[in-house]
Amino acid sequence: MLEIARRFRRDGLNPVEHVRHILKEAHDDKLNVFISIDDEGALASAEKAEQRIRNGDEGTLLGIPIAVKDNICTKGIRTTCASNILSNFVPPYDAHVVERLKQRGCVIIGKTNMDEFAMGSTTATSNIGPSRNPWNIDKTPGGSSGGSAAAVAAGLCAGALGSDTGGSIRQPASFCGVTGLKPTYGSVSRFGLVAFASSLDQIGPIARTAMDVAVLYDAIKGYDPKDSTSVNKDYKVTSLDELDLKGLKIGIPPMFFGEGLNHEVEKAVREGISIFKELGAEVVEVKLPHIKYGVAVYYIVATAEASSNLARYDGVRYGWREENSRDLVDMYASTRSRGFNDEVKRRIMLGTYALSAGYYDQYYEKASRVRTLIIEDFKEAFKACDIIAGPTTPTPPFGIYDMLDDPLSLYLLDIYTVPANLAGLPALSIPCGFTTSGLPIGMQLMAPAFGEDLLLGAGITFQAHTSFHEERP
Amino acid sequence: MKVDLREVEHVSRLARIYLTDTEKSKFSAELSSILEYMDLLSEVDTTDVTPTVHTLSIINALRHDARKPSIPHDDALQNAPSESNGMFSVPKVIE
Repeated sequence: MLEIARRFRRDGLNPVEHVRHILKEAHDDKLNVFISIDDEGALASAEKAEQRIRNGDEGTLLGIPIAVKDNICTKGIRTTCASNILSNFVPPYDAHVVERLKQRGCVIIGKTNMDEFAMGSTTATSNIGPSRNPWNIDKTPGGSSGGSAAAVAAGLCAGALGSDTGGSIRQPASFCGVTGLKPTYGSVSRFGLVAFASSLDQIGPIARTAMDVAVLYDAIKGYDPKDSTSVNKDYKVTSLDELDLKGLKIGIPPMFFGEGLNHEVEKAVREGISIFKELGAEVVEVKLPHIKYGVAVYYIVATAEASSNLARYDGVRYGWREENSRDLVDMYASTRSRGFNDEVKRRIMLGTYALSAGYYDQYYEKASRVRTLIIEDFKEAFKACDIIAGPTTPTPPFGIYDMLDDPLSLYLLDIYTVPANLAGLPALSIPCGFTTSGLPIGMQLMAPAFGEDLLLGAGITFQAHTSFHEERP
Repeated sequence: MKVDLREVEHVSRLARIYLTDTEKSKFSAELSSILEYMDLLSEVDTTDVTPTVHTLSIINALRHDARKPSIPHDDALQNAPSESNGMFSVPKVIE
């Protein structure tokens, strides 16, 4: 991204030509990455950007092609959440983050594929079918922001926005060999993000390098009164500098290297941690005793919130409606039955059950209490270390259709990513190696709330001394 | 926790989702196995632990009670599956 910005000014790379080239590639794409491509809008903003660059405007993001996940509202461009129920929805407004990127002169290329309503980790539940992993088209790019991560890896954009409720930015970033940040809860406005689980959802950037991720994060973060959970504080400009790792304490929870971890992933992540050590960091063991309950807590809290958030899809004000219905209630139910696919129905059912009379205390209330214990675990751990490191995912990318029949096994793979969402913490996934068959492996770094500079600084330093992020599919 | 067919039907009514018989048995089996896994939480002692509803310390985000423009009427209706006289239209509720 920074490289393209430089070439626009020094090498005579023309922003309009560049965007035209990207659009052509996007139309020819065999990875099923885009749900919509906005040729007209992209070319118009590229022309404006070209003008501004010619007039000496130094804005880094001017003319930079960006892809946006299809659950982030874009004025006048269809926003479907990869669902039949929103297949015809054209938002009358831009999400706050999209407005911010447009102000900086970014060129929005199109909207990327995802799991339906961001519920999944493969993009296989998308109503347009799964995206493919650019490193091996038989493998999943991960999800739910799989289209965004694959688009970055395949060079169909310079950076992308995703959303992360339980790992949906970090897991696909890891599977596609790119860098992805799930920011602190409340640091990026959720205005215009189609709600899945409101206490967990966060929008964040995906790009090749930690430095590019930092540039995008800087553009989208900050207080927004239109999101009542937006944190009103003094946001400093995100640093793009390397971090002096001398004396930095990296906490390693043994649980992150326990049962179920693929040995190639373990090896790559341990080697990644040794690189941090060689650069001066100190490694300490930290305990997160309640992390093993993370997946159970997550799938209760997330589905409960989802069942409530998705109650709005009833065929009345927007979206698809079943026309052949007996009465109003029949219209709601037939619209929802035909509008949602299996995984969304499963989660609405699970969440409705967890909130229903007689079960609320046993599930939702209990999960919310264990969530408190997980948050306290992190507070305790961060007394002994500055950042926590481990694998992003327990396995390398798996086959596109491998896991579909067994929802619980798929949920269990979220074990390393859900804790950051439950605790509202920032977490970064950076490439740290490859399997023998050439599939990318990612390492996750977590920090205390608003510790993005620490994470990105560590990532920038790591990438200054490694070349995993420079490999191309 | 076992979720039987009657409970699946009850929950699907609450969620306003119709399920076929095949879907009912499938969801009964899947929800049972997922909830059985969730029972893991019962081993945690949570006496005197406050439930987290939110990870932030924000209590209330209030704004000034001032008039501001909202999205234009036509824009708000632009996605309506059916409209009449500038309003959302739905099947008849009262005979």
